[in-house]
Amino acid sequence: MNYDVVVIGGGPGGLAAALRAHELGLKVLLLDENEFLGGILPQCIHPGFGTVIFKKDYTGPEFASIFIHKIIEHKIPYKLNAHVLEIRNYSDMEKIVVYTSPEGVREVWTRTVIYAAGARERHQFEIGITGDRVSGVLTAGEAQTYMDLYGMLPGKNVLIVGSGDVGLIMARRFALEGATVKMVVEMMPYPGGLARNIMQCLNDFDIPLYLSHKVLEVRGRGRVERAKIVKIDENFKEIPGSEFWVDCDTVLISAGLVPKVKPLRNIGVRIDPRTGGPVVNEYFETSVPGVFAVGNSLVINDLVDHVVEQGELAAEGAAKFVKEGISSRRWIKISAGEGVRFVVPHYISGERDVFLNLRVQKPMDNVYVHLPEIGRKIKKLAVKPSEMLRIRLRQAQIKDVDEITVEVRK
Amino acid sequence: MKKQYICIGCPLGCVLEVEIEGKEVLSVSGNQCPVGEKWIREEIKAPKRTLLTVLPVKNGKFDTVSVKSSKPVPKDRIPELLQILARVEVEAPVHVGDVILHNPLGLNVDIVATREA
Repeated sequence: MNYDVVVIGGGPGGLAAALRAHELGLKVLLLDENEFLGGILPQCIHPGFGTVIFKKDYTGPEFASIFIHKIIEHKIPYKLNAHVLEIRNYSDMEKIVVYTSPEGVREVWTRTVIYAAGARERHQFEIGITGDRVSGVLTAGEAQTYMDLYGMLPGKNVLIVGSGDVGLIMARRFALEGATVKMVVEMMPYPGGLARNIMQCLNDFDIPLYLSHKVLEVRGRGRVERAKIVKIDENFKEIPGSEFWVDCDTVLISAGLVPKVKPLRNIGVRIDPRTGGPVVNEYFETSVPGVFAVGNSLVINDLVDHVVEQGELAAEGAAKFVKEGISSRRWIKISAGEGVRFVVPHYISGERDVFLNLRVQKPMDNVYVHLPEIGRKIKKLAVKPSEMLRIRLRQAQIKDVDEITVEVRK
Repeated sequence: MKKQYICIGCPLGCVLEVEIEGKEVLSVSGNQCPVGEKWIREEIKAPKRTLLTVLPVKNGKFDTVSVKSSKPVPKDRIPELLQILARVEVEAPVHVGDVILHNPLGLNVDIVATREA
């Protein structure tokens, strides 16, 4: 066996997992497909990172550098430009990770895998935008790479589709760099991103937000010239006669993220259709023993701090697995009930304190999070889908039950 | 007059219920920590923002370095600061925390690197 744990992905989840696993005495290899560590963080030049775990407000690159310095200081082996081709589940206790890098194709044997490969952005065709195949249509994250890593402005008159956080943050970036942001168009009747980003990214620059609107088509010759927008009703049906055109040279798609799980799917890991990520237990171990998933490849997170926490917990799970093997126990199933879009993790042991991460289906005020099987009820003043709810379950509160349903209602 | 604001102190985004008279804050509620109250009092009197951008780098590992203002800058001075930064090119190597520009506006705010290059 070459390694105790191979960590796939050098973003915040992977960095934290590799560090914690090393601290716990495991033999670690960290793989990343980029030419630098940090994942998406180096291009997230805005603050808001580390407010939970460090009680400080770092920018993305600063936050990443704290972890990267520790990886280098502890001489934890890592490979850059290393693209994972395949994970093979040779047996419950033995995995093979196949990757290609400038050294050639390599196969490494490992007892466990922590998968932290992140997510991809939804693109124009997934949100039903038709029209001409023109340059100037890009995802918000691509625009961020152009601007904040390479220092290039990809357009001057920008239309933003979707009000997720990356889109809002890019609206501010474009506005600060002298471009005009025409508007942000959102299908839902409420914004997708954090409230603070509506305030400081749109309101500060008088950028209009069109809720309950959708972009139908993009037109131009060679380059984007204009886009057609329509108002939609509560059933997402287009309202005839409400169409209008907006002149722009760039269309930015900020329509959410999708966990990247293909290598996991290939080894038969069960996927939760609600999150798009794998079904996991409280250590974020998937349905394939010894394979863990953290960060945005597990579930789309709001805060990097929670991703770090997941990485550390998975490393602890990996250490337990390496030392004790597969645990055969009766798991308590956690299910999403009324008003809840999803809950992670999906199974808990009841032997330790856990955090349940959940998103609600729609914004609601003055509601309770109900856990009927264990008779708990937690009041929440306001909940919205854009903000992940975290419910702490203490071991003492988890009773001898088979299932715990999580509901959010009056 | 009662007004609602969203605190930008951290990603929690508390909804602040603020009672204002002119530029005077009479009461604040809804904040989960002291940052909210401090921020809203300043926001009403003289709004400030931390400036974040990237600057081109000569002979570096990367094409740009990301920078921030070491403290929030008055909102109305940001265009002026951006004009100054538009003429800056940084010589590599750059480390996290390096001061790129010392006190450009005379407000005791530096421009600091947040990434290596």
